[in-house]
Amino acid sequence: MQFIKPDINIDFIGKRKFAYGLSLALILISIASLILHGGPKFGIDFVGGTVIQVKFQTAVPIKNIKSGLDTLAIGNSSVQSFGDRDDHEYLIRTDLSIATGERLSDQIQKALAGATGSAAEIRRVEMVGPQVGKDLRQKALFAIFYALLFIAIYISGRFEFKWILTGLMAVALMGAVYFLSLFNVSIPFLILVALLVTLLLFWLLNLKYAMGAIVALLHDVIITVGIFSITGREFTLPIIAALLTIIGYSLNDTIIVFDRIRENLRKISKSPMPVIINRSVNETISRTILTSLTTLLVVIALLVLGGGIIHDFAFALTVGIVVGTYSSIYVASPILIAWQERTRKK
Amino acid sequence: MVIVLVVAIVAIVYTLPTFLPTLWPYKKINLGLDLQGGMHLVLEVDTIKAVEGTVERIAQELRTGLRDERIRTAALDRIGGTRISVKITGQENIEKFQKLLDKDFKDLRILSKTLQDGVLDMVMDLPENESDGIRLMAAEQALETIRNRIDQFGVNEPDIRNQGENRILIQLPGIRDTQRAKELIGKTALLEFKLLDEDHDVETALKGNVPAGSEVLYQVVIDKETLREIKTPYLIKKRTLLTGAYLTDAKVQIDSQFNEPYVSIDLDKKGARIFETITAENVKKRLAIILDNKVYSAPVIQEKISGGAARITGNFTAETARDLAIVLRAGALPAPVNIIEERTVGPSLGTDSIRKGLIAMLVGGVFVIFFMAIYYKGAGLIADFALLLNIVLIAGGLAAFQATLTLPGIAGIILTIGMAVDANVLIFERIREELALGKTPRAAVDAGFNRAALTIMDANITTLIAALVLFQFGTGPIKGFAVTLSLGVISSVFTALVVSRLIFDYFLMIRRVKQLSI
Repeated sequence: MQFIKPDINIDFIGKRKFAYGLSLALILISIASLILHGGPKFGIDFVGGTVIQVKFQTAVPIKNIKSGLDTLAIGNSSVQSFGDRDDHEYLIRTDLSIATGERLSDQIQKALAGATGSAAEIRRVEMVGPQVGKDLRQKALFAIFYALLFIAIYISGRFEFKWILTGLMAVALMGAVYFLSLFNVSIPFLILVALLVTLLLFWLLNLKYAMGAIVALLHDVIITVGIFSITGREFTLPIIAALLTIIGYSLNDTIIVFDRIRENLRKISKSPMPVIINRSVNETISRTILTSLTTLLVVIALLVLGGGIIHDFAFALTVGIVVGTYSSIYVASPILIAWQERTRKK
Repeated sequence: MVIVLVVAIVAIVYTLPTFLPTLWPYKKINLGLDLQGGMHLVLEVDTIKAVEGTVERIAQELRTGLRDERIRTAALDRIGGTRISVKITGQENIEKFQKLLDKDFKDLRILSKTLQDGVLDMVMDLPENESDGIRLMAAEQALETIRNRIDQFGVNEPDIRNQGENRILIQLPGIRDTQRAKELIGKTALLEFKLLDEDHDVETALKGNVPAGSEVLYQVVIDKETLREIKTPYLIKKRTLLTGAYLTDAKVQIDSQFNEPYVSIDLDKKGARIFETITAENVKKRLAIILDNKVYSAPVIQEKISGGAARITGNFTAETARDLAIVLRAGALPAPVNIIEERTVGPSLGTDSIRKGLIAMLVGGVFVIFFMAIYYKGAGLIADFALLLNIVLIAGGLAAFQATLTLPGIAGIILTIGMAVDANVLIFERIREELALGKTPRAAVDAGFNRAALTIMDANITTLIAALVLFQFGTGPIKGFAVTLSLGVISSVFTALVVSRLIFDYFLMIRRVKQLSI
């Protein structure tokens, strides 16, 4: 059985202007949403605060929960329902990092049971102090940046054999970023500048494969973050893990295509680049769609059946896989062409 | 061929203990806190307070020294937490003060010194390497003391370790009474014996007129009926006569008269002597027993007490008495600790998470298996077998490396199911291509595997890079995800390239199949 015929020949490259437009639109919408909401919606992992997961025996209106909480000194709190409706679980979130030594759990349990008339069970408490939140934010940014650098080294090495050059560049960048981070510079700003410098270096050093791959990855990350922002979902540590996984996964696809391109370059070196790339994408599309399909199958199973805690994580992966597949087909390869045209014009 | 069998058998052996613990009492799969319930705490040791404490002690010693040498002091205060300021008048006093400093207080660093009109003003503190040393030691000591306390509390397999310069990471799996545990861990437990200042009035002190060398401390009692706090102020002489450092033992006893629990403490020889002197010199005066700057009780000293035994009474329940005995035995924390991160998961949530995770894995797995069988027919079944072997290998790997399985870790296994298929798809698509070109099954399989191998390696290494970065930067549950993802990637490459190949070869060479079902 085969979905996709072996002699498929869709003109991907011809349609790339359309793809550029779509990608640009998505990225702009993402950035707009981020600006509108004043940045990504951070969970307590990154801004500090307390989260309490409560389960009631029966269905309970949220306003009763809120009134129960008003009797306690826990600062500004928000309540939202969590997980499946029949679980009657709610998430209470406050921005205070509650000093946890004063029998708070008992107090909360009593207050809630009293205000709602339904037995309350505290299933989970998470508290993160503001300093820890800041530390984790920085760690997350560093992790993403370093991962991108390592990947750049690997791709430049495998596809252009420029191991040492890229290695040196990466070490220099890492050193510079680390050095500057000691000076109390705003870390997000620093990482952003570092990313732009990295892309610039790619261009100057003629590392086109690395550039194509990293641009596709950034495209995926920005759009995933944007969709999270639009749907009002929170960023927690597991979401960062999901982003890194998406980076690794999306790269899979991209490498498959690049590999084919390299192989075809050797076989039919006479044809112009766009034709070779088109052919390569067509040859690998069957495999790309299939893998994405199977991975989507399992991730959607996780999304639907995995329960509230892992839900956002599964959502991030779902979005990431879809966008990642799209970017491998329509973003990474065309960059190689754009490069080609630029060097030809010189 | 042999290698595969060996690896497979080893993996199965390693996984068995988790399912049949009685059969093979070896290594089980560790469950993370989010799956078995428990508490994760990060404490920050306030090492600056340790330095302040030392400076305070030095200030007290200086005051005693000045008094003994009969040097008239205009003022001696601790300022800014870690500095001592002294004001001495009179030439003779100044000279005696200098001599005292040179003799007994050489470690102090002089920050400023003005000598004018016969008045000496000095500000001193501890030099950098001294205070750094104190801070480092405070952090280490805090770790040991907390470990001691947790050992006595009796928790199953606690994990206590350093995190950075002055942070301590504590993981207590399966703990139920988190409130008690937190109080036990966080209590500074500085036990001090000080005399009540009976020469001055508490009320005037409360209004703001605190006499030099004294302070106001409170006794906090929770009324059993109204559950509200009752605070009673006491005027206490600052000088610490005896601390809990001299304790050798602390036990819970029941008072036969009132049937109430109290804590009896034993002092070592030196402590016993000091205690004897204190009680002998202060008969009929009141001695305050203070824990963490809160007054527990302030009984009247009836007579000289030798033998170094004393009682701490207060409104104790059997539990609070026991906890106090634990912290007294383990020793005081050299500096206060603050809880800066806490994640507690109840056991019911843990089992729920496991259940939901496993169901998702099962459903997802079944979908993929069916899909592969339908789309690739016979070859698909081979891929399915490889997939199942994959899962066994990951489980075995987790048990063998004693890695921890967390909820994101289960998600990682689920992800691997989807991605493991990838490698097989690559190979099978190649084989189909080669068959379409007209090659024989044998040749097609050979070419398929060879061509695909390199691409598979490339693609999976990048996922591995992401997983390694996650492992390095992540904590707890995230690390669990990174581990299962890494194991999954490695095992899926292995099963796709080695195991599937073997099965294909088996069918082609041994069974001599003429046509590939792919």
